[in-house]
Amino acid sequence: MNGADTAFVLISAALVMLMTPGLAFFYGGMVRVKSALNMLMMSFIALGIVSVLYVLFGYSLAFGGDTAGLIGGLEHVGLGGLGADTLTGGDEGIPVFAFVLFQMMFAVLAPALMSGALADRVRFSAWAVFLALWVSVVYFPVAHWVWAEGGWLFEMGVIDFAGGTAVHINAGVGALAAVLVVGRRIGFPKEPMRPHNLPLVLLGAGLLWFGWFGFNAGSALAADGTAANMALNTQVATGAAVLGWLLYERLRHGAFTTLGAASGAIAGLVAITPAGASVNAFGAIAIGLVAGAACSWAVNWKFRLGYDDSLDVVGVHLVGGLVGTLMVGFLATEGGGLTQFGKQALGAFAVMAFTFVVTWLLAKLVDVTMGLRASADDEVTGVDRAFHAETAYDFSQAGTSSAGGTPTPAAARTTPTASEGRKVDA
Amino acid sequence: MKLITAVVKPHRLDEVKDALHAFGVHGLTVTEASGYGRQRGHTEVYRGAEYTVDLVPKIRIEVLVDDDDAEQLVEVVVKASRTGKIGDGKVWTVPVDTAVRVRTGERGPDAL
Repeated sequence: MNGADTAFVLISAALVMLMTPGLAFFYGGMVRVKSALNMLMMSFIALGIVSVLYVLFGYSLAFGGDTAGLIGGLEHVGLGGLGADTLTGGDEGIPVFAFVLFQMMFAVLAPALMSGALADRVRFSAWAVFLALWVSVVYFPVAHWVWAEGGWLFEMGVIDFAGGTAVHINAGVGALAAVLVVGRRIGFPKEPMRPHNLPLVLLGAGLLWFGWFGFNAGSALAADGTAANMALNTQVATGAAVLGWLLYERLRHGAFTTLGAASGAIAGLVAITPAGASVNAFGAIAIGLVAGAACSWAVNWKFRLGYDDSLDVVGVHLVGGLVGTLMVGFLATEGGGLTQFGKQALGAFAVMAFTFVVTWLLAKLVDVTMGLRASADDEVTGVDRAFHAETAYDFSQAGTSSAGGTPTPAAARTTPTASEGRKVDA
Repeated sequence: MKLITAVVKPHRLDEVKDALHAFGVHGLTVTEASGYGRQRGHTEVYRGAEYTVDLVPKIRIEVLVDDDDAEQLVEVVVKASRTGKIGDGKVWTVPVDTAVRVRTGERGPDAL
């Protein structure tokens, strides 16, 4: 066993874990105050659901064996056949459990990314079901295509080092399909829907940036030069993307915005994800600048085309993922050129087609059976109160205490009143 | 009695408070308000989406005064809150029928 590699992958797994709460803050600050908690919870719940599903069957479907290049086998269901002593890649490998944990964090993050497109208007229980279905039917197979030995895109030689295709294009397209089923928020696009807490957005972006070193460099699965190159390029491309976004914004709208800086960072991180191990620092600068400028342009499509991708998952993750995935075809220091570009484009297109269709069907299924969309009443009042029985902030001193000012323990209530009897998220 | 209401720029609050205190006014009520007059609002940009924000932050000051002092106090407030730029706000008075000090039950001018 290689101890250095093992330590590095375990630490990287913890770093990637931090990205999901980071994403929750990034998204949570961008919504209006009445649905801030719901936005946080839509990401956070993935840590619960996917962690369990991954050991039950997720790992096996993604990385266990191979069936026709499309999906893994069932031999590692419930982590069967694996133990603390099982190594990947021979005597110099790392424990499989370290790899399982690392990959699990990716599977947690991917569906959480989609939640930003569906802000303010989705029933929480239905979202949880949709998330479990999506990760099982869409994410695990696509991860197999791209990363597992035998996966058809992997065998074809598509470069997706840390998940530009498997995570970001995948989640970006999934978000688009889900938005088309769920529909626009009430009031979109006429009503101003301003972010309620930009410091929280920047905090989330910072946590994502930090965790992304684990996401990207950790994907080397070894503490070596590839990991170092990836880590360096992650930093350089992200910095360049911040500049790219701010520059576009300053020219177009006349201000350097905080939200633009945070968004540029995420766009750069997304774009360098598939590419960072195959380019040099100048390639990383190019990818970052293009991603920053392209994404800041792409976030305006929704107003012209009329789909309510609330927090720009399409504009940032799909477009950023495409920028990185396609540009690495040309910029790869080894084997870059038209042939590689063709493979990259085919890989991206295949995932987009598959994920769009299947995600649309899944969202429709959940919508028809249990109702994905919140009632208009709940949406306007705010989904925080409707589905979580909480409010995010209490700044006012007047009129916020419950009747009599004494909290009532649930057990002490014998005859529930009309309001107490209301079930949360029924 | 009269109620003087002044809607002024937030950064003039201290000057108005000091001026009223110097005149001998012992109490006032302040609320954070938002609104617009001739200056209208401002524009904010979020990921390229421009929102016109009509309402700008203001401070509303309310003072109950004796009829005889009202005219003079209005001048005091106006002088203290003026910057000469657009958006300085407005001051007005309305007549008040009754005022009661809650603690003692005193009524009318005695309650001021």
